[in-house]
Amino acid sequence: MNASALFKQQYQRWIGPDKRSRAPGADISHQTILYLEDITVSFDGFKALNALTLYINVGELRCIIGPNGAGKTTMMDVITGKTRPDSGSAWFGQTLNLLELTEPEIAQAGIGRKFQKPTVFEQHSVYENLELSISGHKTVWPNLHARLSKQQRENIDSVLETIGLQEQVHRRAGALSHGQKQWLEIGMLLMQDPQLLLVDEPVAGMTPQETERTAELLTSLAGKHSVVVVEHDMVFVRSIARTVTVLHEGSVLAEGSMDQVQSNPKVKEVYLGE
Amino acid sequence: MLLSTGRDIRSWLNLIACICFSFLAVSVQAQEVADSSEATASSASSAMAEGYDALVMQLPAATYSDKSEIVLKLLKLQTPAARSVLTAFLEDSLYSRTADGKVFIGTEAEDGLKLVDAITLQAAGSEPVEGFEKIGTNNSLRKALRAAVAQFDLSSELAEKRAAAVTEMLRSLDEASAAALRAQLGRETDPKIKESISIGLALVDLDSSEAKTRLAAIETLQGSMNPDVYNRLKQLVTPDESGGYSELDVEVRAAALKLVTHMESMRSLYGAGETVFFGISLGSVLVLSAIGLAITFGVMGVINMAHGELMMLGAYTTYVIQLLMPDHIGISVLVAIPAAFMVSGLVGVLIERGLVRFLYGRPLETLLATFGVSLILQQIVRDVFTANNRPVQTPDWMSGSLQLNEAFALTYNRLYVVLFTALAFVALLLVLKRTTLGLNVRAVAQNRAMARAMGIRTAWVDAMTFGLGSGIAGVAGVALSQLTNVGPNLGQQYIVDSFMVVVFGGVGNLWGTLISGMSLGVVNKLLEPYAGAVLAKIFVLIFLILFIQRRPRGLFPQKGRAAEG
Amino acid sequence: MTSLTGNPPAGMVLNEESTAGRLWQAMRGDRGGQILLGILLLLGVAVPVLHLFVPENSAMHLSGYTVTLLGKYLCYGLLAIAVDLVWGYCGILSLGHAAFFSLGGYAMGMYLMRQIGTRGVYGDPVLPDFMVFLNYKELPWFWHGFDMFWFAMIMVLLAPGLLAYAFGWLAFRSRVTGVYLSIITQALTYALMLAFFRNDMGFGGNNGFTDFKDLLGFALNNPGTRIGLFICTVIVLALAYMACRYIVASRAGRVVAAIRDAESRTRFIGYRVESYKVWIFTFSAVLAGIAGALYVPQVGIINPSEFAPINSIEVVIWVAVGGRGTLYGAVAGAVLVNYAKTYFTAALPEFWLYALGALFVLATLFLPKGLVGLRSKVKDAV
Repeated sequence: MNASALFKQQYQRWIGPDKRSRAPGADISHQTILYLEDITVSFDGFKALNALTLYINVGELRCIIGPNGAGKTTMMDVITGKTRPDSGSAWFGQTLNLLELTEPEIAQAGIGRKFQKPTVFEQHSVYENLELSISGHKTVWPNLHARLSKQQRENIDSVLETIGLQEQVHRRAGALSHGQKQWLEIGMLLMQDPQLLLVDEPVAGMTPQETERTAELLTSLAGKHSVVVVEHDMVFVRSIARTVTVLHEGSVLAEGSMDQVQSNPKVKEVYLGE
Repeated sequence: MLLSTGRDIRSWLNLIACICFSFLAVSVQAQEVADSSEATASSASSAMAEGYDALVMQLPAATYSDKSEIVLKLLKLQTPAARSVLTAFLEDSLYSRTADGKVFIGTEAEDGLKLVDAITLQAAGSEPVEGFEKIGTNNSLRKALRAAVAQFDLSSELAEKRAAAVTEMLRSLDEASAAALRAQLGRETDPKIKESISIGLALVDLDSSEAKTRLAAIETLQGSMNPDVYNRLKQLVTPDESGGYSELDVEVRAAALKLVTHMESMRSLYGAGETVFFGISLGSVLVLSAIGLAITFGVMGVINMAHGELMMLGAYTTYVIQLLMPDHIGISVLVAIPAAFMVSGLVGVLIERGLVRFLYGRPLETLLATFGVSLILQQIVRDVFTANNRPVQTPDWMSGSLQLNEAFALTYNRLYVVLFTALAFVALLLVLKRTTLGLNVRAVAQNRAMARAMGIRTAWVDAMTFGLGSGIAGVAGVALSQLTNVGPNLGQQYIVDSFMVVVFGGVGNLWGTLISGMSLGVVNKLLEPYAGAVLAKIFVLIFLILFIQRRPRGLFPQKGRAAEG
Repeated sequence: MTSLTGNPPAGMVLNEESTAGRLWQAMRGDRGGQILLGILLLLGVAVPVLHLFVPENSAMHLSGYTVTLLGKYLCYGLLAIAVDLVWGYCGILSLGHAAFFSLGGYAMGMYLMRQIGTRGVYGDPVLPDFMVFLNYKELPWFWHGFDMFWFAMIMVLLAPGLLAYAFGWLAFRSRVTGVYLSIITQALTYALMLAFFRNDMGFGGNNGFTDFKDLLGFALNNPGTRIGLFICTVIVLALAYMACRYIVASRAGRVVAAIRDAESRTRFIGYRVESYKVWIFTFSAVLAGIAGALYVPQVGIINPSEFAPINSIEVVIWVAVGGRGTLYGAVAGAVLVNYAKTYFTAALPEFWLYALGALFVLATLFLPKGLVGLRSKVKDAV
């Protein structure tokens, strides 16, 4: 890398307006937002994903189910850039090759992720957690003297309302209950305003009422956003699902409506061992 | 630590210098001997009687030059008893009785002189010293005596004696001894002695005025790696200031040149071999100091900054054991191995129980706390043993070197360290792979919660694992006590290196540690001739820093989801 | 809603748009910092008065030794702030900050050596004494420019800054974290120590630099110069403290703390973690370099043992004792531990290493939040 290119790169990284942070996002002219084709990931010979092929349409709410070890979380790792597959291709819209982007670049391009285990910044207040998740400049220098615009503050306030944490706004996130952390993480996802949301087990540890509200929220998000939900709770899945994909041993076993999937003999065999 | 090996090398150089010096001194002496024996031969009186008894009887009264003459004659006679007399003469224990002038070999005892009759070699009781006079020798006489005894020894049954005799004779070669050696060459059965005789004689032949003889001599020298030979030949083919050669014959010069070139390439080959050996021995030290860490850090994920001090304790244990058994230095090192294992292992268990177990899951805090422990251990040692280095003796069986040929020798202490490392490594592998403790250790390392659920006492396993790693540090300390200074700072020199070895090899992988330690040792030694010891070490450190940037998980990383957490 | 956001923790709503306004915001909620700045102000006034204007035979007089000692503690305080910034706020346990401190010190030392001129033992107008002694014929290329104060000051910032930048860029980009990072920072300072011990490096070998005469024309043994340096140290420490406070109170500071607590989460919301780490690490290294540059003219010597790994680890323990992640706690820890060191090494030299070792153990076992944490704990109990 020559000197001027290096300087340019470093300038962009630290000081300059980050071009990618204002990335136009995915080109969704073909109505498909995510293309996963022939993705294979193996750990020491064990194939976590085996030639997985999956497409997500724009505005879709897709539920992914499957027994433990089916490769659900690994699939999310591949989409968000945490794990690089041994082979296959992953595209976000028509133009963005996910396999060439780093995690922050993927996040800035418009993919948000909620982890299986709720992961929030425990030492920060609820408000700060949301503030950090605002889409926009992510480089160092602007953030040294960034302040919230009126619109951003309103945005945070409305998300706070959505996730019902107004009362906890100045509490340390680490002091929240498990369910509240789940909500906060969903709130952080909303602040990012991503085109594609990957939601890993959103209702684990939630009360039935909370679960119900989550179902409402996710359903309302679909349409404007594309949402992929991984969940074990079949009742929950049934309540929100339009299309369900069943993963088994790292590849797609069945795909269709909940009823179709449940009557599929292969799915029965995998789940019930018949 | 590489610093200290730098010091090793310097002491090596010193040693080599000393050896060279003594060679020089000896050859000068040899020259003198040759001169003086010629001189005495010419001035000898011809009136002396020729029989053995008579010759011996003449000794007390003879002048020094007469004595030399008598010695030569005794040599010619080859009477078996003569060797004892000559040896006694050389050792200043030949006496004459003032009363009757009879000659005895005497050994001083509490009740006077224990006598042996010089002619019959029969014991002749003891008598007070007062009645006897020592038959004196001087320098040149002693040299003549030494050469004479050597010639006697040529016919000895013992190969060792013959070899020593040959060396002695080659030092002061005159025509007589050359003839004796030539004769011996025909009789000699031992190939090594044969070789040294022929080399010695060939070197003499190089001075011959006959070009043919010189050529034949060079032919004989083929295959030798003797440094004297090399220097001599080098001298033949190196032009002097005016561009001329001391060797005039072109053919001889060509032959010499060919031989010199061959010797040089062999020498650099052996030199490379030696460097690799030094590298492996340094690598062994690195591996030895790192495998303990590979267990505590690799298996348990605990950073033990006091690891170096546990090695130091091992080294001091060796010192204490030697104090306890001063008469058995040879065994002391062997005794020290289990002792050091126990001492360091016990301290390790104490550290684990008293400190580390409260800090599991907080590696950075563990690092700081164990660093505190290392300071305390250092100060304890300083208070008990003072801040000075302690002398640890090297047993006889570990000193000296294995001489593979004249250009290639492996020192025993390094050789033993390499062997010892191999043993320790295999033992550790067996413990981890074949014993219940090892099974438990691996189980806890992989999944603590599950192991506990299976009924493994994880607390006990933690303590034992830590103790095992610490004990091995102690054992490493025993090895180090043989290679470097034993002082309170011993551990500090090794801690950075040990961590680098473990990280380079890949945490949690004993084989990785072995390979990384060995390769770092060899690379370090390969760099040393070009960069010097300190710079070589700096280069290795920089390389490691850069390497870890490229591959943060080392040479042999653990794979899988668990490793990514 | 306004009632919720009306009192945010750090300057989100106030209309203060200037940097000063934000700094004011950042300092307002920082009791410890206010006290620290108050003490610094007090020292900056009282020490010069007591040293220069109180007669020497008075009990109130501060000796030159004490002034230098205080100055030294404050330099250590600055170093501790630098370490706290990366460790307390970003979770990077650097065991190599002594390297940056020493590099800054060496840059200053090179300037001071060039100032000696013909007053050295050998009287060479250009070459420092050790070079004459080691048979240097001319000044090595990297010594040029150090006769100019401004150049030396730029190098005080650049030398540690560039090293930290290069090191951080390599390390953080390849995601070396946790103990691995600690170990290679330690290897870094160890390698530098070995290098500076070599005579061929051109930095005076194991003797380093000493026998300094003057700085910007002021004789170093002059009480006025001593006080000048002390006041400089006080001012720099105060400024550095405020700069760090400003940073940690900014959103960038919150990102840094977020990295400490959940690195991959920070990545998944779009922050380039390595950029923040490199940035904070480099800034911290520059602070450490400045601390070293202030330290050298006050103590009058710099040598390679300053690079020793143990020094770096000691800094960490000052921060741990004071309370990490508070900045002012780091200063308090540095001053307290070093005061104890001065006291014990004079009174009970053998005891000091025991005390220091015990400090490491006890601080990590019983004071995870340091003395600052202890205070609030006691408060809670009451």
